[in-house]
Amino acid sequence: MRSEKHLNPYLGGVLLGLVLIAANFISGRGLGASGALKSVVISVTNTVAPAHAENAKFYKEYNEGHPEGPMSSWLVFQVAGVLVGAFISGALAGRLKLKVEHSPKITSRRRLIFALAGGILFGIGSQFGRGCTSGSALSGMAVLSLGGIITMMAIFGTGYALAYFFRKNWI
Amino acid sequence: MGPLFVNEIITQGTDFLFAFLIGIGFGFVLESSGFSSSRRLAGVFYGYDTLVLKVFFTAALTSMLGLLFLSLFGWVDLSSVYVNPTFLYSAIFGGVVMGAGFILGGFCPGTSLCGAVIGKIDAMVFIVGLFIGIIIFAEGYPLWEEFYKAMPLGSPKLNEVIGISQGVLALIFVLVALSLFWVGEWVEKKFPAEKY
Repeated sequence: MRSEKHLNPYLGGVLLGLVLIAANFISGRGLGASGALKSVVISVTNTVAPAHAENAKFYKEYNEGHPEGPMSSWLVFQVAGVLVGAFISGALAGRLKLKVEHSPKITSRRRLIFALAGGILFGIGSQFGRGCTSGSALSGMAVLSLGGIITMMAIFGTGYALAYFFRKNWI
Repeated sequence: MGPLFVNEIITQGTDFLFAFLIGIGFGFVLESSGFSSSRRLAGVFYGYDTLVLKVFFTAALTSMLGLLFLSLFGWVDLSSVYVNPTFLYSAIFGGVVMGAGFILGGFCPGTSLCGAVIGKIDAMVFIVGLFIGIIIFAEGYPLWEEFYKAMPLGSPKLNEVIGISQGVLALIFVLVALSLFWVGEWVEKKFPAEKY
């Protein structure tokens, strides 16, 4: 059964909560993910297209606000840790396997097209939301942030509102 | 005492080291809870698997209550803890777009990193999408900068907005979460999952 392979969800939740408390206690901030990807985008742009980074407003604004550089960021180090932690967990549980996970009712190709589209939307949305499910919704909820709670409700609300139309992909 | 970095008890280098260690804990817990599987994540929207609901809300409650207690004991100064700023329209719009991304892609950024690192190709493709999305936002920034910065409300906490104490709001969250868990357990019985 699926539930036997993974941690009990309530235990997982408590552990995740403790990690989030540690982040706030030690660093005075919450967890995140999309912010580190943004750092990578800005860093690559600064390197391969420095003229563009100097002229385009998004990069200009970021670079002016972060004179230490985009990679000298708490989230970049935290996300590096996420990759290591998830790999250790997957290795210990024997889950390291190259595969496309999808419902048996759809093809791998269809799954990948939807994964790409979903990623693009999530990338755009995480910028407007000033953080993703970790940075805005979860970490925001922990400190009772109005914006975080609004974004959390918008994410889940939209997920439920659209679930019916994409049900073939999942059930 | 805390936050240690904000109160200059640790240096930035140490803070980054802790960021890496905290990240390891974050990734380990996400992966071992099953968040590296898009089918388990998407289950919350169809009732066959409410893993996300249980883990997410248990984590939110644990940290919310933990921080309140730490603040009560004087171990962490909550006024020095970062609270995400609220720009009303952008917060709602961003959430809506992310919700659509979630139901299409089956991941969020953090969970896609966990999936990719254990070999899920769909998660790797999702991450490619994330980069494309961020680049689209960055390149089109002048078009939506005004909207992005509209309705700045500062960094309010929900309890301040509705005029109750943090403790009372946390209690309400506890009660809401407990009812959600109850609903979650009930729908999982109603929509049993196939094995996968």
